[in-house]
Amino acid sequence: MESTIVKSINYNAYFGDNHVVKDVNMDIPRNHVIAVMGPSGCGKTTFLRGINRMHELIPGATAKGQIMLNNEDVMEMHPIFVRLKIGMVFQRPNPFPNLSIYDNVIAGYKLNGIKLPKAEKDRIVEHSLTRVALWKEVKDSLTKKGSFLSGGQQQRLCIARAVAMEPEVLLFDEPTSALDPISTSTVEELFHELKKNYTLIIVTHNMQQAARVSDRTAFFYMGELVEYDITKNMFTNPKDTRTQNYITGRFS
Amino acid sequence: MMEQSVDIKVTTRPGKDAGRVVSVKKTSTVSSNKRIRRSFRQIRTENVFRRMLVIVALCMIVLVLGIMVTLAVQSTLSFKSAGFSYLWGKTWDPVRDVFGAYPFILGTLLTSFLALIISIPFSFAVAVFLGEYYPTGWLPNLLKNTVELIAAVPSVIYGFWGLAVLVPIVRSFETSIGVEPVGIGIFTSSLILAIMIIPYAASLGRSMIHMVPSNLKEAAYSLGATRWEVIRSVIFPYTKSGLFAGVLLSLGRALGETMAVTMVIGNTSLIPKSIFSPGNTMASVIANEFTEADHPVYLSALIELGLVLFLVTVVINMVGKRMVSSFTNE
Amino acid sequence: MANHVKYRIGKSRVFQGLTILLAFACVVPLIFILIYILQAGLTKINWQFLTNLPKPVGEKGGGIANALIGSIMIILCASVIAIPFGILCGIYLSENKKSRLAYWSRLCVDILQGVPSIVIGIVAYFWLVKPLGGFSAISGSVALAIMMLPIIIRSTEETLKLLPDSLREAAYALGMPFHRVVLKVIVPCGISGIMSGVMLAVARIAGETAPLLFTAFGNPYMSFNMMKPMQSMPLLIFNYATSPYNDWHDLAWGASCILLIWVLALNIFTKVITRKWKVQL
Repeated sequence: MESTIVKSINYNAYFGDNHVVKDVNMDIPRNHVIAVMGPSGCGKTTFLRGINRMHELIPGATAKGQIMLNNEDVMEMHPIFVRLKIGMVFQRPNPFPNLSIYDNVIAGYKLNGIKLPKAEKDRIVEHSLTRVALWKEVKDSLTKKGSFLSGGQQQRLCIARAVAMEPEVLLFDEPTSALDPISTSTVEELFHELKKNYTLIIVTHNMQQAARVSDRTAFFYMGELVEYDITKNMFTNPKDTRTQNYITGRFS
Repeated sequence: MMEQSVDIKVTTRPGKDAGRVVSVKKTSTVSSNKRIRRSFRQIRTENVFRRMLVIVALCMIVLVLGIMVTLAVQSTLSFKSAGFSYLWGKTWDPVRDVFGAYPFILGTLLTSFLALIISIPFSFAVAVFLGEYYPTGWLPNLLKNTVELIAAVPSVIYGFWGLAVLVPIVRSFETSIGVEPVGIGIFTSSLILAIMIIPYAASLGRSMIHMVPSNLKEAAYSLGATRWEVIRSVIFPYTKSGLFAGVLLSLGRALGETMAVTMVIGNTSLIPKSIFSPGNTMASVIANEFTEADHPVYLSALIELGLVLFLVTVVINMVGKRMVSSFTNE
Repeated sequence: MANHVKYRIGKSRVFQGLTILLAFACVVPLIFILIYILQAGLTKINWQFLTNLPKPVGEKGGGIANALIGSIMIILCASVIAIPFGILCGIYLSENKKSRLAYWSRLCVDILQGVPSIVIGIVAYFWLVKPLGGFSAISGSVALAIMMLPIIIRSTEETLKLLPDSLREAAYALGMPFHRVVLKVIVPCGISGIMSGVMLAVARIAGETAPLLFTAFGNPYMSFNMMKPMQSMPLLIFNYATSPYNDWHDLAWGASCILLIWVLALNIFTKVITRKWKVQL
């Protein structure tokens, strides 16, 4: 029953001469929440951005190896297709400041020039906002600008924006690090809901968060994937001493 | 084969309702296909757009090179007939085909530097006032905007006003100090230019003074320095390259200014005897004589004047800009 | 000791007073010019002045209709050329900050910004007037467009550079192609800065005379043909102001007054709306 949706094979990423992600091999099963943790500068965000080819947007950034999405190599696909299938949510909420809440949700369609009938748009907006538990809060103010919402609401709006495109995988780059504790817990609850329909890969530097929300955890250190296991095993019985040191707080 | 490269094989299977997931995926395949077909078209447009941007950026380079080449090619005739002596030839006589640019180069330098000397105290005063004494508030704001408006007034209007108002004033001034009262001339043009170029050095100077770190100023204050002493021995030394760059940009502007000068300078090709005598600048000669130049060497001589003007202003502006950017990056 | 301190404080006060005095003295000529031109010009302006053509010396009731129409046409045409070109170039420079082409292109924009307007006039003469076989409004428009470019490019580049990268990333992550990211997200978010650059450029060229001297040339009659010489406001002011006739001076005062109001209004308008827009973002 369980199928692998994303598979990274000998993935390497560079900034100029700087080798930031080294030979990562990782299998990501469908409908799971995967947490990627590690100290800052360990290459976890770079790896995440490599999955939907955002890495190469930075001047001087290159990558080698394969990332398979449903047995298709994303490195060979056009980035646009990859990004339509793999959505992304960023560290800081970044709704489009010039668009209303409604337009922000369907931004992927609207800004890509895909014309949809009004009823279809309404359906997508309601559906997506409901999925991120924002519909009740904003349904009366859909025409307001997205930047009027609170930080937590903005982040959920950004998740709705990604969800609206019906991707298969959702990437989260430290999605709660700019949020207050209450908003953080709302977003974390969302992960449990979202994994019914999507595969979630979450980069976090917060170990408790990884332990709380994920099914599996990957630990990156100095650009290497040190350990990748079921979250419970990882935290109770880490195999590598570096993982052990990290989760017991001996370095950060 | 792929399995072998995977670091860790997961053994347990999380209990997930996979069937439900598949049904959700199905509902979205229709719109997904449409999206992908659409995207094929977009990729082509994307590449066209990228190429278009590159072409536009190239066009800017071509444009500037084109300006240089046009000026150079069109002035070869004059250069061939006079060579470098063109620059210090003292006679400009189209009737005899003798073209020496010295009177105009001298006229340009005189008007510009005189204007600079007159305007510097004013523009530095504005810079210090807005940058140090009163950086905020409605009155300084009003002053800042008004000074910026000085640059917005069209130069032909400055020229007309100078002709109607300034020339009679200068004439009576000349009478009182005992020079020949012409009114028009190098001095009058310098006055007009001085007004016109105040905003350039002022606004740059203001932003430079703004950037002086407050801990430097506080260090001086804590040693008991007065406000003026702080300005003189902390702010001025710290911002000197920036202030100088502002002066250079003003100078560049003054050298190239055409209309206002043309209208009040008097238009004579004789070498000016004093700052009160009429003269001509490079720009004003071109403006006056370009459409009258009836034979090729004459026209070419005027264009060579344009080329010299172009090169001088470009060098001055580039040096000024380099100084500004090196100051801001420090 | 105490006396010395007093002396220093006094000196500081004197210089402060002097600075304030000089700073405000700058404004005096501008105010004089404004008052003088409004006084001399406003009385000349009436409906006939705006709708009539200039009359020969000695006849009353001349107007500046041809110069008004000509100015508007030349500026519109220059804007049509310069705005798309300038914005696209600004986009290139902000999106490719470090490429070698961007370096040289930026250098050329800097050079162009410092080129005296009369030189642009000469170049436009050789590029358009000579090949086309005569003075034409379109050559004037091209000359003015070249002068607009650096202002538009600079303001576009500076505005777009300030937009956060997160905006770009959000758009790319939705699978948007480059041209849509730029045209639908980046440009709309920076539109206030771009527009203020465009308006400043228009204000700058509205009063430019030198590049028009050997391109649009001027024309005492009404003309709508872009391929023929055309009158414009600054040209009319220059020609009539330097003429020896009082009637024509009056005409030039009226025209100066209109041009001044036009240019200052554009400048002030730009300042007000940029401030307003900046608060919103």
